[in-house]
Amino acid sequence: MTITDPQPPTPPTARQRRASRIADAASGGWGLMLFKVVVLGLILALGLYAALVLARTGQWVVAVIVMAVAALAVWIYFGRGKLPAKYLMPGLVFLFVFQVFAAVYTGYVAFTNYGTGHNSDKQSAVNSLMLSAQERVPDSPAYDLTVVERLGELSFLVTAPDGTVSVGGVERPLEEVDGAQMDGDKAVGLEGYNSLGFAQIVADQQRIADMTVPLSDDPNDGALRTPDGSSAYVYTSALVYDEDASTMTDTRSGVVYSDIGTGAFTASDGTELKPGWKINVGFDNFTRAFTEESIRGPFISVLIWTFVFAFLSVFTCFALGLFLAIVFNDPRMKSKKYYRVIMILPYAFPGFLSALVWAGMMNQEFGFINVVLFGGADIPWLTNEWLAKFSIILVNLWLGFPYMFLICTGALQSIPDDVQEAARVDGASAWQIFRSIKLPLLFVAVAPLLISSFAFNFNNFSLIYMLTGGGPRDVTAGVNVGATDILITMVYKVAFVGSSSDYGLASAFSIIIFILVATISVIAFRRTKALEDLN
Amino acid sequence: MKVNKRSILAFGAIAATSAIVLTGCASDSPAGEGDSGNTTDFSGQITVWVDADRAGVMEDAAADFTADTGVKVSLVQKEFGEIRDQFVQQVPTGKGPDVIVGAHDWLGVLVENGVAAPVELGDRAGEFEQVALDAFSYNGQVYGVPYAIENIGLLRNTDLVAEAPTDFDDMIAKGEAAGTEYAFLVGLDPEAADPYHLYPFQTSFGAPVFGQNADGSYNPDDLQIGNDGGKEFAGWLAEQGEAGVFNTNITGDLAKENFNSGKAPFFLTGPWNAPSAVEAGLNVAVDMIPSAGGQDAQPFAGVQGFFLSAESENKLAANEFLLNYVGSEEVQTALYEVGGRAPALTSAFEAAVAGDPITAGFGEVGVNAVPMPSIPEMGAVWQYWGVTEAAIINGSGGDPAALWEKMTADIQGAISE
Repeated sequence: MTITDPQPPTPPTARQRRASRIADAASGGWGLMLFKVVVLGLILALGLYAALVLARTGQWVVAVIVMAVAALAVWIYFGRGKLPAKYLMPGLVFLFVFQVFAAVYTGYVAFTNYGTGHNSDKQSAVNSLMLSAQERVPDSPAYDLTVVERLGELSFLVTAPDGTVSVGGVERPLEEVDGAQMDGDKAVGLEGYNSLGFAQIVADQQRIADMTVPLSDDPNDGALRTPDGSSAYVYTSALVYDEDASTMTDTRSGVVYSDIGTGAFTASDGTELKPGWKINVGFDNFTRAFTEESIRGPFISVLIWTFVFAFLSVFTCFALGLFLAIVFNDPRMKSKKYYRVIMILPYAFPGFLSALVWAGMMNQEFGFINVVLFGGADIPWLTNEWLAKFSIILVNLWLGFPYMFLICTGALQSIPDDVQEAARVDGASAWQIFRSIKLPLLFVAVAPLLISSFAFNFNNFSLIYMLTGGGPRDVTAGVNVGATDILITMVYKVAFVGSSSDYGLASAFSIIIFILVATISVIAFRRTKALEDLN
Repeated sequence: MKVNKRSILAFGAIAATSAIVLTGCASDSPAGEGDSGNTTDFSGQITVWVDADRAGVMEDAAADFTADTGVKVSLVQKEFGEIRDQFVQQVPTGKGPDVIVGAHDWLGVLVENGVAAPVELGDRAGEFEQVALDAFSYNGQVYGVPYAIENIGLLRNTDLVAEAPTDFDDMIAKGEAAGTEYAFLVGLDPEAADPYHLYPFQTSFGAPVFGQNADGSYNPDDLQIGNDGGKEFAGWLAEQGEAGVFNTNITGDLAKENFNSGKAPFFLTGPWNAPSAVEAGLNVAVDMIPSAGGQDAQPFAGVQGFFLSAESENKLAANEFLLNYVGSEEVQTALYEVGGRAPALTSAFEAAVAGDPITAGFGEVGVNAVPMPSIPEMGAVWQYWGVTEAAIINGSGGDPAALWEKMTADIQGAISE
């Protein structure tokens, strides 16, 4: 910081006066204050409302965070000073919501067994198991049902197919009764009870749906339940849950399934009852990522191809983009505008669609490329291992060069002409100017974009999946991974395409991929720094 | 006041901190709009996820239901392909819908995740087509109400070939006699062939994927695909590939295009491709799929229907809606008219069959159909099946029987993992 000498005051010029008026208007005044109060009041009100709602659904932590952030916003924007915070706050909040949270959540999932069959907590798993274990007794009759109520207690008034009318409730087995009011063959009312209409049934449906009315004192006879409030069926439960011992017992085979800490009720022979529930598994997913045969086998070759693919994609796109940018940057080139529009067209099409169209064009027998360009040749563009790799790079070149063309054009135009002119005066050839002046200056501008482009291609899922689906596969290899699979498509297949989804494993993989990409980027950025010093 | 979850989300997002709610993806599960002063104090409102095609018909059914019972039905439109995974994710959070539309082969995943509840069809069970009920059964329980059945059949251009073929060789002979560019078309994929379309030929050699239990459900411990019939089928597939009858370069789109332009008399496909053939001016008939191995050629049946959430708080109302509204002849017929798939309710099915020879044709073929296995083990089968078939057809993997055996071993390995 430098200390400036106090200057004698000079009368402000008209321009300065205007500037200070604008500054005043921008930095305060009652209008702005009112605006602040209204907006911050709204934010606070919304935050309060959201917090109340969240608290009602039991999400206390989130509710507290919402309130804290709202309070922080008020404090920052009402306070004097804190100018950096005023600018940073919205950005930080969005960074948290869209980036940090997603990353942290992925990290959390990577340490659980979240996936098919381990989808929820233990309580829901138990509920769901008990629900599916309710089996209708084969060939048992359907009972006509009227739900009746006395002193707030619900009962089932049922008419058996043989005409007998009985009433029963929870833990109160069916008892035959006489003198029920009949509507046709169906008992609809009983002295001392209120019959419930459909509206009342719906209003109390959870309680009614949960009711089990034993058929007799012997629990093995089963119990009546109703799916719709107007008819009842006899069910027995194939499973019995013992909450204290945390075991499920199969009533027919007698097998006991117990909770042994693997996130599912497991029998002594290892069979599991599905659904299980989500538990913490520590580093299990990471260990699996490197030890499971179906992953470990192809891992190295996929990793190498991923690097080759990402590098070649960036390199070819950049080379072509740069070449075209130089060509189009030449002042002798006429009607550049129109050429540039055409150049950018591939960039304007959705990548998904382009990849699909290319897949059609590369059909071995009927594709445009073989039929028209190669006069009916039979070139297996997508089904030969090496040609498929080549095709992927080719299509990605087509998709990617306009982007490189654009940024190179921009960067080239920002290189001052006088530097080049000076070099020319000094007698440098065009190639020398390009190599020693243009290229280094260009790299300073585009190197970060090249690195991000590398990171993007490292995870270029849609191109691979739409064009080859990772194939061609070696059918004798016995793993679901093909010649053009990159890490991200392999992860997708391992985690989602097999017999079931495994979000835990997929998250662990995303973290591994993140670490890889981050390492490469850090190294590359370091080298870019060195490039900057070159200036 | 009742809480509107959509507004929670909006407010939460503005406050920019309800990230957890966001990942719960609750955005599309509207809850009660609050009772507008009506005296009936229903907590009852059922939320139904449907795709755009079915939304119109469901709106009518929902309006009828609300008029009769007073229970509101809130229809939420979703991409069909997204419904399953979102359902699996949202039901455990308690924010999921009460009812979704879906396909029967989701069943394994839904049950294994504990998100679908059994539906008691009661005495109405007998009113549905058996294959639809089988498809919606899992471990002896019916999960959901089916509404449509679809299966592939052999589409024949009657101007080119007048009579239905008796078996596969007869079909090829008739096709060649017709003098068209192709004798027979089926859409395949260069990379993964198409096990779904080739399955009837495989079953005609007596090689289903899984053996069946006494109640018709599939037994994952009894992998049948690699039996002697399967190996015979592999050999046959190689022969046909060599003869050019099966060509993995003819994708579904190409097959359709060629058939519609009269370049082949036979096209193995589903009802979804029939309307375009008719529009192209062809006279078509639907024939039984010709047997290649001597036994019945059984295609897969795909059944669509509505599932009930295991965590639904409105089970009785949802059940009533499913059984007596979605399961009614009126709605089933309306859904058939929209989607062109044969209804699952027998009475609606018969009416549809009587009205349209093409539906009738596919329906007749469907008598032979078997439900596509919905057990989760099927995932392991898909990942090896098509690739092996493609390799056999292209002759690129060596001895077909050995490839088939290798595939069976890989599937077995993936299942027991």
